[in-house]
Amino acid sequence: MTWLETLRTGGRAILTHRLRSSLTVLGILIGIAAVMLTVGLGEGAQQQVNAEVSSLGSNLLIVSPGSSTSTAGVRGGLGSASTLTVQDADALESHVVAPDVAAVAPTVSRSETLVAGTATWTTTVVGTTPSWLGVRARTVAEGRFLTAADVRTGAAVTVLAPTTAQELFGLRDPVGQTVDVGGTPLTVVGVLTSAGSTATSNLDDQAIVPITTAARSIFGGTSRDQVQEILLEATSPSTLSAAYQEADTELLALHGITTPAAADFTISSQQQLLTTASSVDRTLTVLLGGIAAISLLVGGIGVMNIMLVSVTERVREIGLRKALGATPALIRKQFLVEASLLGLVGGVLGVVLGIVGSVVLPPLVHDPIALSASATAGSIGVAVVLGIAFGVYPASRAARLAPIDALRSE
Amino acid sequence: MSAAQDPVDAGEPTGLLVDALPAPVVPVIELDDVRKTYRSGELAVDALRGVSLVVEGGEYVAVMGPSGSGKSTLMHILGCLDVPTSGTYRLAGEAVDRMGEEELAHVRNRRIGFVFQQFNLLPSLSALDNVALPLVYADVERSRRTERARASLERVGLGNRLTHRPGELSGGQQQRVAVARALVTEPDLILADEPTGNLDSTSASDVMALIGEVHASGRTVVLITHDRDVAEAAERTVHLLDGQVSSTGVAGTPANRPGGEPRG
Ligand SMILES: Nc1ncnc2c1ncn2[C@@H]1O[C@H](COP(=O)(O)OP(=O)(O)O)[C@@H](O)[C@H]1O
Ligand SMILES: Nc1ncnc2c1ncn2[C@@H]1O[C@H](COP(=O)(O)OP(=O)(O)O)[C@@H](O)[C@H]1O
Ligand SMILES: [Mg+2]
Ligand SMILES: [Mg+2]
Repeated sequence: MTWLETLRTGGRAILTHRLRSSLTVLGILIGIAAVMLTVGLGEGAQQQVNAEVSSLGSNLLIVSPGSSTSTAGVRGGLGSASTLTVQDADALESHVVAPDVAAVAPTVSRSETLVAGTATWTTTVVGTTPSWLGVRARTVAEGRFLTAADVRTGAAVTVLAPTTAQELFGLRDPVGQTVDVGGTPLTVVGVLTSAGSTATSNLDDQAIVPITTAARSIFGGTSRDQVQEILLEATSPSTLSAAYQEADTELLALHGITTPAAADFTISSQQQLLTTASSVDRTLTVLLGGIAAISLLVGGIGVMNIMLVSVTERVREIGLRKALGATPALIRKQFLVEASLLGLVGGVLGVVLGIVGSVVLPPLVHDPIALSASATAGSIGVAVVLGIAFGVYPASRAARLAPIDALRSE
Repeated sequence: MSAAQDPVDAGEPTGLLVDALPAPVVPVIELDDVRKTYRSGELAVDALRGVSLVVEGGEYVAVMGPSGSGKSTLMHILGCLDVPTSGTYRLAGEAVDRMGEEELAHVRNRRIGFVFQQFNLLPSLSALDNVALPLVYADVERSRRTERARASLERVGLGNRLTHRPGELSGGQQQRVAVARALVTEPDLILADEPTGNLDSTSASDVMALIGEVHASGRTVVLITHDRDVAEAAERTVHLLDGQVSSTGVAGTPANRPGGEPRG
């Protein structure tokens, strides 16, 4: 008996028991679609994080106070004292000391309430230098950004992110207006273009001021030279690790620390953030995928159940086929082909449902779903393998039936 | 037997297996002291207790006996659906009593045609596909199968019922489909277990006439029946009692066997 013959017989048996076959296919179909969509959801989230992190600037290094090798906060964060200063930032600016560092932006930030006329809005006020714009990969939509002169003189100016501008001034043009921050009036000189939001902060809701203005007039405090973070931009992605080394060496020397393990600062890259974010997402993907895989397994057990019922119900048919010359191997083959056909049909329909779902669902759940070709092909493969795996036992049971017993049964 | 009758076998669609039989004339069935014991736990039932039987090619033998005498058990062994507990069984010269499942399947396919009391047609297949089924397992190619199945159905008078499902046929017609299926592989032996048991008298005589024709065309037929009138049609009757052959009545002499005479 040829494979084509066996396929035709299997196809006919499936069509003969339409309802039963449809229910089996439904089980597999739902399992496959669930796997595709949950894995796609995880993939989508990961791609989103990747895109987000690279939008922050791929050449970026962030120097923060505190040691990564000791308990966070013990060394660096004692009280409000930071171990990083404006002098550290100035030193890294030198092309001799750190030739691979293209730009340096020390920052201080704090939450403040801004007042413009009758409107008030609480947002993050960031004190920094003109380099911030390039280092953070931002652009100005209107007006101008901070200048070196603003920083030198401690000018009472600010550049607003779009949401902040919108909240304070509505439809009016913010440039040239005045906002009041804790009693200090600042002139709005520019508005940034939108950059969206990350998981931790809204990039479109902040007010940028010269670092000197922040330290002297707005935040005050004891040590005006302290900064919270120093953002460094490497000259290119390939010089990122060289820039890291130079900054590390220079800062250790400036702080008079001889053993790197005792460092009172930490330098991190976006790559590290990306890795952390990805691993969180991967855990989620695995978890969701696991749940979906269980539903697929349930679908497979459904196939086995149907095939077992099918064997029991078709004992006479099996007996007759054997009496007419079907060998046990042929009977086994016939039931296996039936089971894998069910798996294949369920798999293909499941993939179709998955693709439809990936188009229909994202607008509803506000999350992107990324389907991959390999995951799709894999799903169909899994469905067929499930069909075969769960068809083996019923098939061998059918093959073992003695022809007379089978023929005698009613 | 076959060597003698074949040249005049013009009425048959094909005669492949009959032609292929070896030249030395061997009986189709040789049973020697066959015993069959069914065991279920402590209980053992001796269904056959030393049956010896020889059926020559072209013979028409009826097996009679009361219920429980072992007729069906004998039929299963003759049909290679079951193997004896002891004793030997040679089918057309081949020892089949110790064959494995795989080989028995081939023997059933090539050498034996079954006609059952309950017809045993597959309800989802058309008459044509039901008749073609044994040829599927004989690896006959598709177009050839259809051709042979159609010829076989025409031979039993159902050339106009090819696409009917069993459910759309009367009992007598279903049994004729079963006879067509038994004939389609050109087997050495036609085995019929109470083929008229589920039929009204008119259909029964139709089917008996058909089996008579099958025999007349040179086939060996073994028929199991309760009915004395049905057994009458056979040349020879074997009586079973308690798993043993009690008597062998000869309805006709071997000389007037149709196999020995020219037919047209
Ligand atoms: N599968 C079986 N298991 C146990 N006993 C059986 C089985 N088949 C038949 N028998 C017994 O063997 C004896 C002969 O049965 P059977 O060949 O069916 O007789 P018949 O066809 O002449 O009525 C009976 O006593 C029956 O009960
Ligand atoms: N459901 C059906 N579809 C098509 N043909 C049918 C159906 N039922 C019966 N026939 C045909 O009608 C005829 C008479 O059938 P039925 O009355 O069953 O015969 P019987 O007299 O032997 O009982 C038969 O030739 C049969 O093939
Ligand atoms: Mg019986
Ligand atoms: Mg009727």
